[in-house]
Amino acid sequence: MAATDATTGIIGSDAFRLHADDEQAMRQEVHHFEQPRAACIEALKIVQRRHGWVPDGAIPAIARVLGVGPGDVEAVATFYSLIFRQPVGRHVILVCDSSSCFLSGFAELKQALVTQLGIDYGQTTGDDRFTLLPVCCLGACDGAPALMIDDDTYGPVTPGDLPGLLEEYP
Amino acid sequence: MTTTINSQRDSIRYRSRLLQPEKERSAGTHPLTWRLRDDGAAVWLDEYLRKDGYQSVRKALGQGDPRAIIATLKEANVRGRGGAGFSAGLKWSLTLQGGDMPRGYLICNADEMEPGTFKDRLLMEQQPHLLIEGMILGAYANNARFGYIFLRGEYLESARVLNRALQEARDAGWLGPDIDGSGFDFDIVVHSGAGRYICGEETALINSLEGKRANPRAKPPFPGQSGAWGKPSVVNNVETLCNVPAVILHGADWYQGLSGDRTDDGGSKLYGVSGPVHRPGLWELPMGTTGQEILDLAGGLRDGHTLKAWLPGGASTGFLLPEHLELPLDFDTVGKEGSRLGTGLLTVVPDSQSMVALMGNLEAFFARESCGWCTPCRDGLPWTVKLLQALEQGKGEPGDIELLDKLAADCGPGLTFCAHAPGAAMPLQTALKHFRHEFEQGISRSRGPAHQDAIPLGSV
Ligand SMILES: Cc1cc2nc3c(=O)[nH]c(=O)nc-3n(C[C@H](O)[C@H](O)[C@H](O)COP(=O)(O)O)c2cc1C
Ligand code: SF4
Ligand code: FES
Repeated sequence: MAATDATTGIIGSDAFRLHADDEQAMRQEVHHFEQPRAACIEALKIVQRRHGWVPDGAIPAIARVLGVGPGDVEAVATFYSLIFRQPVGRHVILVCDSSSCFLSGFAELKQALVTQLGIDYGQTTGDDRFTLLPVCCLGACDGAPALMIDDDTYGPVTPGDLPGLLEEYP
Repeated sequence: MTTTINSQRDSIRYRSRLLQPEKERSAGTHPLTWRLRDDGAAVWLDEYLRKDGYQSVRKALGQGDPRAIIATLKEANVRGRGGAGFSAGLKWSLTLQGGDMPRGYLICNADEMEPGTFKDRLLMEQQPHLLIEGMILGAYANNARFGYIFLRGEYLESARVLNRALQEARDAGWLGPDIDGSGFDFDIVVHSGAGRYICGEETALINSLEGKRANPRAKPPFPGQSGAWGKPSVVNNVETLCNVPAVILHGADWYQGLSGDRTDDGGSKLYGVSGPVHRPGLWELPMGTTGQEILDLAGGLRDGHTLKAWLPGGASTGFLLPEHLELPLDFDTVGKEGSRLGTGLLTVVPDSQSMVALMGNLEAFFARESCGWCTPCRDGLPWTVKLLQALEQGKGEPGDIELLDKLAADCGPGLTFCAHAPGAAMPLQTALKHFRHEFEQGISRSRGPAHQDAIPLGSV
């Protein structure tokens, strides 16, 4: 069982230490806005860049840096689809399931991903290598069907492209 | 060995591209794209300046009359390219300024997430300075102190290009204090989002920018009265802002002339096609170009398909039929046919596609992306998806289609907090109108117990 931080009552808080560089980056980000709270999304992303996801303990830590309540940070953290509140694999595959891709071979591509990885949406492969998630139209519809792996956007992608492509992400 | 793998990976890497070569584009006819290079590389500051870059800023700030910018935009009838077609000049004329009013914000909506839309990405990745130039003009006209580019989180290449261009502009004095010796100061930062389609709705965008959940806000007050941090804020789409420099440089009559006698809407437009066509892509064409002309540029449908239906501007627009291909694609004409121009990027539906299945896909998108604030949207859309899935599997029941009608009507304009729900209703209503028989074919069972019995209360 995770421990509870006495000051915040949030499970797992004590296990999380905000990296000094990250805290510095968050304080830097605050300058872009009229109120520190606006840096919340970026702060979550900063944590995610280091840890791959946003552990529970990061929520009160970010709240302290921004001077807001942990509830405010948690409300944001749970709203946005690119903030991960559970551990993900080393690489995240975002497969576009919107209309143009649907009309251009999405179903076959998705099926091939499921078959080759042995996982479905929201799951991570046993070796912690890949997490599979759906995403809204990637703005790559002239290259449908499209997907992203980490920072890279690909399209059109055929099922036959997948083995070679996935190999690039060890 | 490694090189082979790399080239395979690079060969399927997505690259934004315009399908018109440089020699077919000119400053007088293609104000949005004439500077783009055939090699698709970004046009950086030196090249941009060689190609008349920032001349509109020099002209407008030199003249020193922000109101004149607004008057010219109004006269040119530049209509919002984010989907709603609202006059940019009119919007800017309503921004509160002067007196005790604090200087506010100029916000570029770069959240591009409307399914079927891939135009703003091209402008940002290949010609970042045109957007910056348009934003400076917008800031000057609206007395904005600071600018944000609200960029969807997945557009990492756009973020990289924009940030480099912003630094170039700052170093050269096009951003920062005393721009071009005018005494006007303005700067811009890129704010990258973290997903969710609803962030593109302008008031949800402002909440998101402030570091809150992206629930839309009540209007009025409109952003121009009270937007980010309660200050007057102007929200415009990327393509809209990219239209402004040429209008200021060449005037309203020239802009109006771009669309000839095709339509009353002036200017040019980034039109595009996606779906099963030979050459899906993007073109800058006169406003009011017809669907047929655009489809021809895309080489028509592939694999021997014929056209069944099409969406003129994204998932939240209504289905049109092949007979509508001859219409000029402008805001009012498409509106009169029960659809909307939306983003102006066509989605093509082939004859082999089941409309019920396609609607299932569209409504699953809208259901997932609902922010959850209003009942018809939060609860009605998942219910709609369930009914569509049942119909697709041939397990529909009598009354299901009438229920779909009702659920869509409940999402109609004015019944919900924002335009997300009406956007979900329009494709469904037009699909039910044009292709009702396909939905009817999904009804196989007599009315089941779920419809007949009183709602079981369970044991207490
Ligand atoms: C659910 C929803 C999503 C939207 N997404 C976008 C978007 O991604 N980009 C955009 O420019 N406008 C989007 N809009 C429209 C904006 O609310 C707003 O009308 C637009 O940014 C105004 O700019 P314009 O007048 O220059 O078009 C969206 C609207 C709704 C209701
Ligand atoms: S219509 Fe939908 S997306 Fe818009 S505010 Fe209501 S619940 Fe949210
Ligand atoms: S619908 Fe998949 S990239 Fe646009």
